[in-house]
Amino acid sequence: MTQAFRIENGGLINKDKKLSFKFNGKTYFGYEGDTLASALLANGVHLVGRSFKYHRPRGFFGAGVDEPYAVVQLYRNGETEPNIKATEQELFEGLEAKSVNCWPSVNFDIGAINNFLRIFLPAGFYYKTFMWPKSFWYRIYEPFIRKAAGLGVASTKHDKERYEHKYEYCDLLIAGSGPSGLAGAYAAAKNGAKVILAEDKPRFGGSLLTSDVNIGNQSGKDWAEGIIAELKTMPNVVVKNRSQIFGYYDHNMLVMSEKVSDHLPSTKKYHPNKRLWYIRAKEVLISSGSIERPIVFGNNDTPGVMLSSAAKEYLKVYGVLVGRKPLVFTNNDSGYETAIEFKKHGVDPVVLDSRKNPESEIIDEAKNLGINIKNSYVVVAAQGYKKVKSADIASISEDKKQLGKIENIQCDCICVSGFWTPTIHLASQSGNKTKFKEEIDAFVPGQSKQNEITLGAANGVFSLEETLKTSFTAGSELSKKITENDNKMAIPNVVEKKSSQHDKFWCVPLPKGKNYKRFLDFQNDVAVSDVEIALREGYRSIEHVKRYTTLGMATDQGKTSNLNGLQLVSEIENKVVPAVGHTTFRPPYTPVSIGAIVGREVGKHSKPTRKSPMHSWHEKNNAVFVDAGVWLRPRYYKRGNENLFEASKREAKNVRTNVGVCDVTTLGKIDVKGPDAAELLNRVYTNGWLKLPVGKARYGVMLREDGIVMDDGTTTRISENHYHMTTTTAQAANVLSHLEYYLQLVWPELNVNVVSTTEQWAGAAIAGPKSRDLLQKLFPNSDVSNEGLPFMGYMEGDLFGVKARIFRISFSGELAYEVNVESDYGNFMWEKIVEFGEEFKIQPYGTEALSTLRIEMGHVAGSELDGRTIPFDNALEGLVSKKKDFIGKRSLQRSAFIAEDRQRIVGVVPLDKQTSIPEGSHLVKDDKAPLPNPKLGHISASCWSVEYDNPFSLAILKDGKNMIGQKLFAMSPLKNKVIPVEIVSSHYVDPKGERVRS
Amino acid sequence: MLYINCPHCGMRSQNEFSYGGDASVKRPELNKEISDNEWDDFVYNRKSLRGKHLELWQHISGCRQWIKVERDTSTHEIFRTFKANEEIA
Repeated sequence: MTQAFRIENGGLINKDKKLSFKFNGKTYFGYEGDTLASALLANGVHLVGRSFKYHRPRGFFGAGVDEPYAVVQLYRNGETEPNIKATEQELFEGLEAKSVNCWPSVNFDIGAINNFLRIFLPAGFYYKTFMWPKSFWYRIYEPFIRKAAGLGVASTKHDKERYEHKYEYCDLLIAGSGPSGLAGAYAAAKNGAKVILAEDKPRFGGSLLTSDVNIGNQSGKDWAEGIIAELKTMPNVVVKNRSQIFGYYDHNMLVMSEKVSDHLPSTKKYHPNKRLWYIRAKEVLISSGSIERPIVFGNNDTPGVMLSSAAKEYLKVYGVLVGRKPLVFTNNDSGYETAIEFKKHGVDPVVLDSRKNPESEIIDEAKNLGINIKNSYVVVAAQGYKKVKSADIASISEDKKQLGKIENIQCDCICVSGFWTPTIHLASQSGNKTKFKEEIDAFVPGQSKQNEITLGAANGVFSLEETLKTSFTAGSELSKKITENDNKMAIPNVVEKKSSQHDKFWCVPLPKGKNYKRFLDFQNDVAVSDVEIALREGYRSIEHVKRYTTLGMATDQGKTSNLNGLQLVSEIENKVVPAVGHTTFRPPYTPVSIGAIVGREVGKHSKPTRKSPMHSWHEKNNAVFVDAGVWLRPRYYKRGNENLFEASKREAKNVRTNVGVCDVTTLGKIDVKGPDAAELLNRVYTNGWLKLPVGKARYGVMLREDGIVMDDGTTTRISENHYHMTTTTAQAANVLSHLEYYLQLVWPELNVNVVSTTEQWAGAAIAGPKSRDLLQKLFPNSDVSNEGLPFMGYMEGDLFGVKARIFRISFSGELAYEVNVESDYGNFMWEKIVEFGEEFKIQPYGTEALSTLRIEMGHVAGSELDGRTIPFDNALEGLVSKKKDFIGKRSLQRSAFIAEDRQRIVGVVPLDKQTSIPEGSHLVKDDKAPLPNPKLGHISASCWSVEYDNPFSLAILKDGKNMIGQKLFAMSPLKNKVIPVEIVSSHYVDPKGERVRS
Repeated sequence: MLYINCPHCGMRSQNEFSYGGDASVKRPELNKEISDNEWDDFVYNRKSLRGKHLELWQHISGCRQWIKVERDTSTHEIFRTFKANEEIA
């Protein structure tokens, strides 16, 4: 099959390997090494999409990352991805792509009516039009805009691909493998520096792949290949292609997205799709090159109008002619290089040069080849709708204001060169204040801000000889600082053609009586007239003009439009460009897949999973697990067809009547050791700790400095200077940091050490009236009687040869104990408890039953200690010492905290004794009151009381102390429930606390 | 991502640390009578400085030490770091 626009010889593609692909449903062929763009162009396909606002036909404008038009929806291996640049997407067998932003098809797009309505869609149109009536926004405007907008559709399916993150450190990171990058990398590598060289394209070499130069008696391309081959053999060098450094962050941290698999039909087994590199570099060499900038003229968005450098790249790299009747429109010598390449391949270009009488070696060569050159000539407008058919051209006066007589010449593409814009994004992101360089009409990096240096075309240096010289020197100097090696090397001699000064001309004036659209931003459809409107309406700051017109705000981030936009503003405002300034360059330089940013931290991997040593026992015994922070805890143990409600009721009931066992390993545990340990506890907890004897536990509440309860738990004095502190599961890490804060910064004079022992101990709570009988069986040699081990007592015991700690503490409100053994014996302990508990009808219970038991008792937990309550609110004011100072005490004097009607914990029972009250329900006085109905409090926790067999809830209620006996309503608009309730004491079961002491 | 010189461990990335606020705040001594305003200044009132700021960080995934970091809040430049008990000139 012949491809109409593929040349016989030339290009770096592999013509032995044919690949088939589909675009908008039609099958085409390309070759290995093609991009989707080059393969389509080889087949003569220029129409690839529709523009964002006016839905005008769009073709290819560039050949790489700067492409504003050719954004497609890609289909690969059953997945789809939006926002793919056809100029970057490498071709693979079976690739499928579709145009975006058009309906029903790219050839017939209904949205194109906007093109004819465009006088109604000027800059700021959305801001002006959709503001009123307000109610229209949600119902009419927003859905309409959403349907009309967007460049593709994100997949709603789970992404099967894997993405990885990698952290790397290096001496020298080099962004871009053009001449300066290669020279810098080579020199630094020879000095033994650890070098990472990153290239966003598949092929290394940058401009050397397309320019007609010689380095060290080889072609530029061969020289580049030689350097890369050598670098790849060096152990201190990492060379990465398809890798875009897209962000320069604080302290020389750069982030790079490596496309590992996008060029393959499917991702190889064990390979990621993309890999995100976080690279901390000692030095950064930015050799990101430059992007050709367009010249603005009428209908300059017509498919077939493209950058002259892109046309050259399609020809030299891909062997593709972008047209057979090319028109080259240039203000500098680069256009001639493209014309020469056309001519060499048997195509006759016409060159329009805005300059009057330019002279240089390149121009001489073009003349010698017999290329038709028209000086002081410009393209006034492209003609043709879906493809360039001809161009209106005219001579232009020296002041560039007057056009001569307009002529029409036939052409099938217009290759534009408006000189070069250095790619300064990375330098600017590093904090470098850029400066305007008059000679090139563009910004270049100024004083280095971080450890970055910008070289070559990115620094506005377009001579290869100078680029190589400065880059070899920089690579060698930067690495010498780090490795102290100094391997001097000869800088190869360079043969390049000298070019002449470019013309400071960027926009063709409109001919009289014509109002062609002259586009600045091709992706967002921002034309010269839009910026003019913005300025007429009073926008001055370039940042405001950008946001009002959306100039440079598309996914290409204005790579081809920024500078021309600035030129326009500076002309209208009669300011110089540097006075206008440029908008901020923000990462990412080019769109990055969300998947790559997320990496492997998805689903179960989004956080670590912690399991207790008894986890496998729970699994074997039908535990249904629940996430408790990062822990997995049994929520209930399912028997037969039980549901959560039935199982938790059974488990809780069994604790109240017999005995139950609960895995409490997840509780935070902190060892507090040192002669001042008691003093620390005394300052941290609200109650007194100086008189706690060895072998006793005490319940404590700790506050933040603002008086809010931070955490609660029991702490046990194991020996003279050794305390065992427990925290809630959720607050364990925070409490440790809190203690460390006070010990290290506030009271360093206290001689105390704290360390987390959460993972060192496995814990089991044995609770219920028969728990002591069971404990006696487990520790036959210990006196666990009420006298031997009283409530809040502690002892050590021997659990069949395993050392155990026994605490007589209770969360369930029953007679209860907690047994701790070293984690490795956790399962042993658990099995022994279950084995010996059998005769007492023991049942394991999960967090749901645990909640039921504590709610009935009015014991507070995380849902009451929610970061908004003080001790009084939780009926814990009895634990607040009046005698001593402690963290947060001073805050408790705040007027709101001592108000008469301060909120307080209460119990809530539905009047019908049937209807469960949803957690989060609001308590109100009058269920019929108009909204917003004044809220008196909220339901913090709900359960089914196994003691009384009716629903019971806890609530934090305003003036709760005086509300006992009141009838209120619990309202849950979420569950659409209104429940009449009675307020009762929060101590619903065993209010005197007799069971725990029995 | 910041690169912080932990005085105990050396240069480490920010993701090993957690931020702890203004390091110049002094907790009032225990058992000392102080006014509401003084207490509010300690608990709540902070300057939102632009420029050099002495702040606390804890090397939470490293040595667990609280350290003081002198950092520019607008440029993120870190000038010096100190141990918790180090005198700052």
